[in-house]
Amino acid sequence: MNCWRRSICRQIRNVLCSPGEVVYLKPDHSMIERLPTGIPGFDHIANGGLPRGRTTLVAGTAGSAKTVFAAQFLAAGIEHGEAGVFVTFEESPTDLRRNMYGFGWDITEWEAQNRWAFVDASPQHDEELTVIGAYDLGALLARIEHAVKRTGATRVSMDSLGAIFTRLNDSRLVRNEMLRIAVRIKALGVTAVITAERSQEYGEIARYGVEEFVADDVVILRNLLEEEKRRRTVEILKFRGTTHQKGSFPFTVIPGRGIVVIPLSAIELKQRSSSLRITSGNSEMDRMCGGGFFRDSIILVSGATGTGKTLMATSFMAAGAVRGERSLLFAFEESRDQLFRNATGWGVDFEQMESDGLLRVVCNYPEVTGMEDQLISMQSEIASFRPQRVAIDSLSALERASTIKSFREFVIGLTSFIKHQEMAGLYTSTTPTLLGGTSITEAHISTITDSIILLRYVELFGEMRRGLTVLKMRGSSHDKEIREFTIDGAGMHIGRPFRNISGILSGQFTHLTPSEIERLSTMFRDDEHEAAG
Amino acid sequence: MEKIVLHLFIAGRTVRAERAIATLRRICEHELANYECELNIVDVLAEPQQAEVRRILATPTLIKEVPPPARRIIGDLGGDPHELLAALNLPPNP
Repeated sequence: MNCWRRSICRQIRNVLCSPGEVVYLKPDHSMIERLPTGIPGFDHIANGGLPRGRTTLVAGTAGSAKTVFAAQFLAAGIEHGEAGVFVTFEESPTDLRRNMYGFGWDITEWEAQNRWAFVDASPQHDEELTVIGAYDLGALLARIEHAVKRTGATRVSMDSLGAIFTRLNDSRLVRNEMLRIAVRIKALGVTAVITAERSQEYGEIARYGVEEFVADDVVILRNLLEEEKRRRTVEILKFRGTTHQKGSFPFTVIPGRGIVVIPLSAIELKQRSSSLRITSGNSEMDRMCGGGFFRDSIILVSGATGTGKTLMATSFMAAGAVRGERSLLFAFEESRDQLFRNATGWGVDFEQMESDGLLRVVCNYPEVTGMEDQLISMQSEIASFRPQRVAIDSLSALERASTIKSFREFVIGLTSFIKHQEMAGLYTSTTPTLLGGTSITEAHISTITDSIILLRYVELFGEMRRGLTVLKMRGSSHDKEIREFTIDGAGMHIGRPFRNISGILSGQFTHLTPSEIERLSTMFRDDEHEAAG
Repeated sequence: MEKIVLHLFIAGRTVRAERAIATLRRICEHELANYECELNIVDVLAEPQQAEVRRILATPTLIKEVPPPARRIIGDLGGDPHELLAALNLPPNP
């Protein structure tokens, strides 16, 4: 195997370069050239775009956004100065012009500028159609060629195949003719997208065996119902002879933008991580974290209701404002008025911060939008306000409004977005029980966050007190003790560690007698001795 | 004498195109001898705009608009001429 590989390498090197030169063969740089589609996120999962000069089959069930994909492929091209031809077998051009206008694509305008051309092959109901004898689709091919030449198009979309199959009722003939069209398109140097119906989300690629003639490149759009919530995903099934990201990726269809793919696992987690520290807004907390939070890190604050999560988020943002940094707060649990009142109670003036342009508060109810739309809207808020600090209060509210899978994808998408911007993010998470306990939120995102701070109620001799600990601080040493803290009109005050109690985090407290403490410390001392010896 | 106007769309002089033209010429001379037959042949390779206006997909396509009702037939029109006349909604010679 190695021998064979070496000989191939040698051959390639002999062909490609003079002796002594080093050849780098990267998987992404295959011989197949890409055409960036311009569909947000799609080119990322396609490792650059669709194979240029080929016909890609886009298959999906009814309502999976095939037509939007086909139209957006052309619209995105036009925005980059490439003309396009839309061959419609199903919807009339009049319907398409109207339906696509909502995505911000003014097809009528583009037609007038000779940048978009329709080849109208939609059904006509006014004339009766009879078949007598043999025929081909020579006229359709001639019209496509004419439209491509007239506009100088480099992109062609055909939508959708099923419609022409049902109309002409001769599958073998239509297959052969579509193959002829695909070959002709290739000769014209045009990149094409052809859509086809699927009868189910999993199973055969498309009806009528269309993959037989456009088998090289297949993209699948899905519109799934998971736990009574709609979830759209896109999967590149294959790009023959070249690479792409594997698996399915969520996407959403947004008014004014069209399809936006969220390329989660394709997001490279290679953000520059800075060793620069920023203050948490509480000097004792900074000390516990070994000198503050890292500038581009994600901090998760977990605790039951009323333990001080919103306070931590508030002082985190107030500390930013003191340094002239902008903060963006996404609030999903409390109203704007309530948040401002809370802040005042802790000596923070949100209104002043807002009028100084150092704070923006976005309140909404996550139940209203899907997670994908939520992510896109939060990303655009962040991109337009460009804050140094982002706080989300709380993630648990979002979790309730989605499936576990969507939620996890959302958190990954948002986290990597925030980290790319070199901002610090503070997420709060509400635990379901008052004492101890973890939330599902934590189980799903704890590996993604850089730091975790736990806030807990502690029952001590018939009195409720509060305790906190820094559970994790990536890239730094930190205080591992569980410390008591109090909250008053000036905010949070962190005090001494709890000495005579254990089981705080689990909520199963055990009060330890002094002799027990003595015994435990002796035990650990022995361990250390052994380890040292 | 009643007039019949036929438009035949072909994509180049293929075997199918020739067959359709021959069939139409034959019925115009025989079955439709009592009518004034006008046969327009449009080659979509030379005039794609014509195919666009008429929204033609298949070739050969035969369109009859005069006399009404309008009819559209695709295929090389081979076989029984009476089938073609019936599809065109034209009665043969009495």
